[in-house]
Amino acid sequence: MMTNSNDFPTGPLARYLLQIADDQLIMGHRNSEWTGLGPILEEDIAFSSVAQDQVGHALAFYEFLQKECGADDPDQTAFNRPENRMLCNGLVEQPIGDYAFSLARHWCYDHAIRLRYESLSGIPNPVLQSLAVKLQGEVKYHTFHADTWMKSLLQGSEESRLRMISAIKEVWPLALGMFESWVGEDDLLNEMGPNGHPWYPGEAALRLQWQEHALQSLQGWGVDVDQGALSKLEPVLGGRQGFHTEHLAPLLDEMTAVFRLDPQAEW
Amino acid sequence: MIIESASLQEPNLKGNIPDGLTPDLLRYWEVLDQVPDPEIPVISVVDLGIVTRVTVADNGAVQVILTPTFAGCPALKWMEKTVREALLEAGAPEVDVQTTFENPWTSERISEAGREKIRNFGLAPPPRRRPGCVGPDLEALAHAVCPRCGSENTSMKSPFGPTLCRSLHYCFDCLEAFEQFKPL
Repeated sequence: MMTNSNDFPTGPLARYLLQIADDQLIMGHRNSEWTGLGPILEEDIAFSSVAQDQVGHALAFYEFLQKECGADDPDQTAFNRPENRMLCNGLVEQPIGDYAFSLARHWCYDHAIRLRYESLSGIPNPVLQSLAVKLQGEVKYHTFHADTWMKSLLQGSEESRLRMISAIKEVWPLALGMFESWVGEDDLLNEMGPNGHPWYPGEAALRLQWQEHALQSLQGWGVDVDQGALSKLEPVLGGRQGFHTEHLAPLLDEMTAVFRLDPQAEW
Repeated sequence: MIIESASLQEPNLKGNIPDGLTPDLLRYWEVLDQVPDPEIPVISVVDLGIVTRVTVADNGAVQVILTPTFAGCPALKWMEKTVREALLEAGAPEVDVQTTFENPWTSERISEAGREKIRNFGLAPPPRRRPGCVGPDLEALAHAVCPRCGSENTSMKSPFGPTLCRSLHYCFDCLEAFEQFKPL
């Protein structure tokens, strides 16, 4: 009989890692939708490669959750949970839109992941510590790629600049939702790293770090940011509690279609 | 009980087989040194630096620890399989292949011999990491050395190439595109 992987692995660390893994899985799935459709061949390959990395990162965390936290095997965790047990944020769930939207999302998302991995590399657990260091190196290519194109298009023609600015405005409230507070967050805040400092700063602090870096980059690329208007945008929340935007359910249907044909199949 | 074990600490100049091995371990490392990387078949999994430890237990069972180049490397399962098969064929009574990130891969783990083979294959080997650089040295990628003519008058076209471990470049002297094995 087919059962759903309904139970979260217990403990705040496991939940935090599951959030990261779910974000990476869904982001990777979305980015893979550019395969064959990129505006130029190099960008087709770039989004496909970033997607491949992201699904690989999700797998590494699902494997850790299986080995160390009693979670189900990675295929079951990834493909056999109902929508309300997924913990990804609303940003990664959105359809790819146009290239400007996907690029703005890629830039917002990978800088947030960079900050999470930087923080995770200070964790006392040696397996996660070395995993975080390893994955940071891969994400460096993602942020490099996103920064290069953001800069080119924001400093390119009038049309490319206006389209990027409009995409950034569209993405921003969703990007703020990446830093939704979650159950158990306070418990992780007090966990010390090997250097005697807490390794996890919490979502509010991560959001500030992310926002400061993002605004600085935009100003460096000549964008006149209206901080007052940005601060009035309401974050899109709910993902960390299992409440998702309307785009996740159809994505899960498609992503799990083959898996559901035979959930116990050996691949 | 484990009686023999050897880890790859620092890649040495000749290849990546550790020094001072017992005859048993040396034989197994030599077998692994014949297992090709599926994406760049001129280089072995040992030269590539993804074999991090080989252990022989007192009943003869062999355990091999691999670590992936990139976490999303699709060739990993295939490499686990070919490593297992090669050792069984070489007479190991039992083989266990595990993949971990405990001793994570960086491009610094590729042996000198491996770098030469990558160059002969037509790929630029990854630039050596400059002292003090944390993580991949992306600035060095802006002027990758052309594997055909040795020119540094090149530019990067994209940090993502036909496989996760390659980037795309163009040489202004040969007027040809080339690929670089990415530093990590």
